[in-house]
Amino acid sequence: MNSEDTASATPRMSVTLTVNGKDEHLTIDPRVTLLDALRDHLGLTGTKKGCDHGQCGACTVHVNGRRINSCLTLAVMHEGEDVTTIEGLGTPEHMHALQQAFVERDAFQCGYCTPGQICSAAAVIEEIEAGIPSHVTPDLGDVQFSDEEVRERMSGNLCRCAAYPNIIAAIRDVREGGKA
Amino acid sequence: MKSFTYERAETLEQAAGIVAANAEAKFIAGGTNLLDLMKLEIETPRHLVDINHLGLDRIEETEDGGLKIGALVRNTDLAADVRVRRDYAVLTRALVAGASGQLRNKATTAGNLLQRSRCPYFYDPSKPCNKRDPGSGCSALEGHSRTLAVVGTSDHCISQHPSDMAVALRALDARVNVMSARGGEKSLTLDEFYRLPGETPHIETVLQHGDLITGVTLPKPVKGVHFYRKVRDRASYAFALVSVAAVVDEDGREGRYAFGGIAPRPWTAGGEARAEGGASVIAARALDGARPTGENVFKLPLLERTLKAVLKDAAQTSGK
Ligand SMILES: Cc1cc2nc3c(=O)[nH]c(=O)nc-3n(C[C@H](O)[C@H](O)[C@H](O)COP(=O)(O)OP(=O)(O)OC[C@H]3O[C@@H](n4cnc5c(N)ncnc54)[C@H](O)[C@@H]3O)c2cc1C
Ligand code: SF4
Ligand code: FES
Ligand code: FES
Repeated sequence: MNSEDTASATPRMSVTLTVNGKDEHLTIDPRVTLLDALRDHLGLTGTKKGCDHGQCGACTVHVNGRRINSCLTLAVMHEGEDVTTIEGLGTPEHMHALQQAFVERDAFQCGYCTPGQICSAAAVIEEIEAGIPSHVTPDLGDVQFSDEEVRERMSGNLCRCAAYPNIIAAIRDVREGGKA
Repeated sequence: MKSFTYERAETLEQAAGIVAANAEAKFIAGGTNLLDLMKLEIETPRHLVDINHLGLDRIEETEDGGLKIGALVRNTDLAADVRVRRDYAVLTRALVAGASGQLRNKATTAGNLLQRSRCPYFYDPSKPCNKRDPGSGCSALEGHSRTLAVVGTSDHCISQHPSDMAVALRALDARVNVMSARGGEKSLTLDEFYRLPGETPHIETVLQHGDLITGVTLPKPVKGVHFYRKVRDRASYAFALVSVAAVVDEDGREGRYAFGGIAPRPWTAGGEARAEGGASVIAARALDGARPTGENVFKLPLLERTLKAVLKDAAQTSGK
């Protein structure tokens, strides 16, 4: 961002988002992405910034129940919408089944990609249940859970530490345990 | 990012009117391409008009048995629609071969058609690029061109069109519906909609500033075996080097074919999706007049072989 521009007065806008069940009123520059609104304005730093260009998935959150890259959308475009971040999926005291499974399966090393992986994985399990096809679905009319489906659907979440095998195992555990 | 103002449009006419009246205004749909480019200051609109709330998110049946897809239908929803999965599987296959689950949940039909070049120099403001900065030159001609186009190019630009969805739409003879800000609607084939680069590679379509895409119309389903075969550097989450969209007749003698990764717009053999013959005949017609670079000349045999693989799979599927 160019500093001159940052200083120039863009009229700020107000926007209300429901974040993890709580209404949040923000007055922000329209340039603020949903990712920066969450991290810098609401202090929800669980959602991570990797590339800031839709390439890594670290910023994955749910908006109105669907996973998206929060770096490639503006906060002001989400007036009145429901946002769920990793903090809303579960807490250290009440972990989401996927959070638990990631711990048990050692599905991370540095952990930077993990919030995005978990938010994405929660949606992947639902997308398969809903019958949304993927690139590896053999029969478009009959979508079944498989490791191959999970790998393909999780391809928008990169892990520099390459914890991929354990990530797949954790997702499989949750799906088999029916705890998603 | 350059500063801009933002507003949410309430009606189609209002949205088109605001953009038509302001040379620095742009529509924003999913935002996945526009915001990416705005962060790099390759796109610098000063006003954004949000078109996400205009009711353009429906898929409806047309009187002649086809489908009308709203401009704001998300790529995920289009791919998952039961009618599309059943009758236009090539389109579902192409959509799910593109981007990632998160991106497809945001990306829209119109935004996908209008996504801009993935040429490395288009993305690098320190290098000349006629598409980004008209008249500055084309860095790709003597530079890295492995991913770029081999046919339909000009001395001014050799970028390929990156969309997978558009290739399937071309095979299906889809039409793009446009509402003009000056009043009136038009319906265009993809060959009419996309311009070839010629001397003005920065002008990519025939849209006038303020023209709003309202949707895409598919003709009634065509019988046959549907395929979308995409060859890329990674198994997933990468743009096509070469792709083939095909609806092959049951007897395998004829089919409808369109090709991605090789041209500035979805490409066909001789300007028609419908073609007959084997892979070498069809590929040769599609590549007629090709001007590859040393780095991307591999796309010529790759296209033929990809088509050959598709036709082989089609024969096996029909034979079952
Ligand atoms: C990491 C990454 C990987 C990707 N991989 C692939 C891939 O493999 N294959 C592929 O095909 N795509 C891929 N994409 C591109 C993706 O498909 C596009 O970003 C997306 O389809 C754009 O849609 P959108 O709605 O977000 O467009 P926006 O960004 O909102 O808009 C794009 C342009 O269209 C204009 N526009 C939008 N709607 C209208 C309308 N109704 N009328 C007139 N103008 C309009 C906007 O003004 C803007 O100029 C990838 C993107 C990323 C970031
Ligand atoms: S090929 Fe086109 S997009 Fe790439 S540098 Fe040349 S003019 Fe720019
Ligand atoms: S930070 Fe959003 S995808 Fe990388
Ligand atoms: S655990 Fe380090 S990036 Fe994934």
